[in-house]
Amino acid sequence: MTGAAVSVKGLTKAFGGTVVVDAIDMEVPEGAIYGFLGPNGSGKTTTIRLMCGLLTPDAGEGRTLGFDIRTDARKIKENVGYMTQKFSLYGDLTIRENLDFMARMYRLPNRREVVDSTLRELGLEGRGNQLAGTLSGGWKQRLALAAAMQHKPRLLLLDEPTAGVDPKARRDFWDEIRRLSKQGVTVLVSTHYMDEAVQCDYIAYIAYGKKLIDGPAREIPARIGLTTWRVDGPDLIELEDALLADPRVEQVARFGAQLHVSSTDAAGLDAMIAEWKTRNGSHHWEKKEAELEEAFIYLMATAADNYGLGGGRA
Amino acid sequence: MTLFSLSRFGAVLFKEFVQMRRDHLTFAMMIGIPIVQLLIFGFAINTDPRNLPTLVELNDPSPVARAVISGMDTSEYFAFHGFVFGPEDGDRALRDGSANFVVVIPPDFERDILRGLAPEILVAADASDPTAVGSAVAALGGIVDRAIAQNLGGPLAKIAPGAPPFSVVVHKQFNPEGKTATNIVPGLLAIILAMTMVMITAVAIVREIERGTMEALIATPVRPTEVMLGKILPYVAVGYIQTLVFLVAAKLLFDVPFNGSRLAFFVGFNLYIVVNLALGFLISTLVRTQMQAMQASFFLILPTILLSGFMFPFAGMPGWAQTIGTAIPATHFLRLVRKVMLKGAEIVDIVDDLSAIALIGGVIFLIALMRYRQTLD
Ligand SMILES: Nc1ncnc2c1ncn2[C@@H]1O[C@H](COP(=O)(O)OP(=O)(O)O)[C@@H](O)[C@H]1O
Ligand SMILES: [Mg+2]
Repeated sequence: MTGAAVSVKGLTKAFGGTVVVDAIDMEVPEGAIYGFLGPNGSGKTTTIRLMCGLLTPDAGEGRTLGFDIRTDARKIKENVGYMTQKFSLYGDLTIRENLDFMARMYRLPNRREVVDSTLRELGLEGRGNQLAGTLSGGWKQRLALAAAMQHKPRLLLLDEPTAGVDPKARRDFWDEIRRLSKQGVTVLVSTHYMDEAVQCDYIAYIAYGKKLIDGPAREIPARIGLTTWRVDGPDLIELEDALLADPRVEQVARFGAQLHVSSTDAAGLDAMIAEWKTRNGSHHWEKKEAELEEAFIYLMATAADNYGLGGGRA
Repeated sequence: MTLFSLSRFGAVLFKEFVQMRRDHLTFAMMIGIPIVQLLIFGFAINTDPRNLPTLVELNDPSPVARAVISGMDTSEYFAFHGFVFGPEDGDRALRDGSANFVVVIPPDFERDILRGLAPEILVAADASDPTAVGSAVAALGGIVDRAIAQNLGGPLAKIAPGAPPFSVVVHKQFNPEGKTATNIVPGLLAIILAMTMVMITAVAIVREIERGTMEALIATPVRPTEVMLGKILPYVAVGYIQTLVFLVAAKLLFDVPFNGSRLAFFVGFNLYIVVNLALGFLISTLVRTQMQAMQASFFLILPTILLSGFMFPFAGMPGWAQTIGTAIPATHFLRLVRKVMLKGAEIVDIVDDLSAIALIGGVIFLIALMRYRQTLD
């Protein structure tokens, strides 16, 4: 064991001549919550499928839980819990039947007890005979997660598990992810949501199949090299428009009653703000350390939906 | 590591049965289609109609001739509606549809029989629906025979045996195959199975892909063979149920005989079911949605009904249609079933049909397997 739950190098996959995963290197440390970020169509799902042996890479190599992704797909499948992007359980089977079915796929001993205890942990004891298709979106996701965890995998691959789920259910879901992580399960989770990304220990960001950046979450802002000023005062909306019109400002994000103004051009930004202060004294300016929030907004803004491909900005 | 886990296979199989049971519409269709088709093709498209209106031109008011008329009337085929006097009356009745038959008994009918001159009974039949009157005409000979035997028992005994005492001349074009329920019903099994087996398999597989459950399924250690067999076998069971329903209905409703070897039938219908499932599997690899799977199956059912020899006698079809028909599994299964049920065929008699079905099935399997590989990646 290398200390990495997933380790891939030069991973490449093309569909019909279009490269959708392009020479991706990634290391998911054991025990980490690893956030996998990128716009729609950037290749997240494909990368995850490659990692668990559902697809064969065109080039590159990798190991998941120490097993070769090309030759040991079977071993990987036995030890990984994979939650697909779509609701992947059977809507026309009951909750219990779904859990029982998954338990049988992994040939778990004492199936009945396993399923019973899963139902109990979910708080669904009384509803085992309800059809899974009648559950709300949030409950479906929790059920899918529980089903993917029954065989006690050491690695969880979650593909946009909270897409389209209401905020309360999303928070519950993340409580569950952190609980599993504390038990030593490595979690790789792809997501769209910034508030979820900030909960991750590690981050990788991809666009157009290429990895733009990865590393420990707290190092990401420094790596991007954003300089950020915080400003509050009157007429924030007009201020925002005025700031965005200046080419030395790359990003303005609103946080409550403040704006966070950022740029990778530190000198330019500082100079601009000095000018602004002398012109208009009614605002309060304060330099701050760039944090993950700004970093993500910056990353997300650089790449819109990646469908239809054609070499992105990198 | 196991190559094939019975437990996992069993889980897929069980799951498929549960889903099948919950899907009331599909389930009702699977049982309903055989029955509805049997009723439609067996009864509604009745090629053996009874009590057809009949007029008689009686030129010899002898006891034998009258016995012929009353014999016709008591038979299920003819309904005696009265007399006509001269050919014009008869033609008019046929033209305007008030009669399906005009039977002309010649002058001196009885006397000519006794003299051994074999007089001709002329039957003019409405030829616009030739099959509708086929069996009635076929039954006429027996009726006249009986009438003669009852009335002329003594004198007739003098006539040399072997030479028929009369002849029936039919004025119409006649379908040589003489289609009857007995002929249609066995062929229907080929159509019913093709229709349901192909569609249900294709839809069941595509549904799993369309709903996204297939990905989660193959992300588990389950093996492809366990999934495929587990998904397909329940539908083999459905095929068995349909065949059973069919056999019972064929016997009870239509009194279709089962003359041949049960083993031959068993081998044949199992092979045919498997080939149809393979075809459904092939379709599932070609389409993306359940709707497309359904459409593709319906598209295939048309040539199966029209060109397999079910609808039209195979020998009478043009060359190109026969070529297409030969490539359709139903064509061969249809012959097989007719041979076994009606002609009492044994397994040696159906080797040709079995080989043809197996050959077509092999080709389908090969293509399906090649397609399946591609769609995995
Ligand atoms: N099986 C496939 N066949 C062809 N194209 C595919 C297939 N799977 C994904 N793609 C394409 O690859 C690109 C990346 O898709 P995906 O990995 O699903 O991105 P993401 O999960 O980040 O939204 C998209 O343009 C998508 O249309
Ligand atoms: Mg995706």
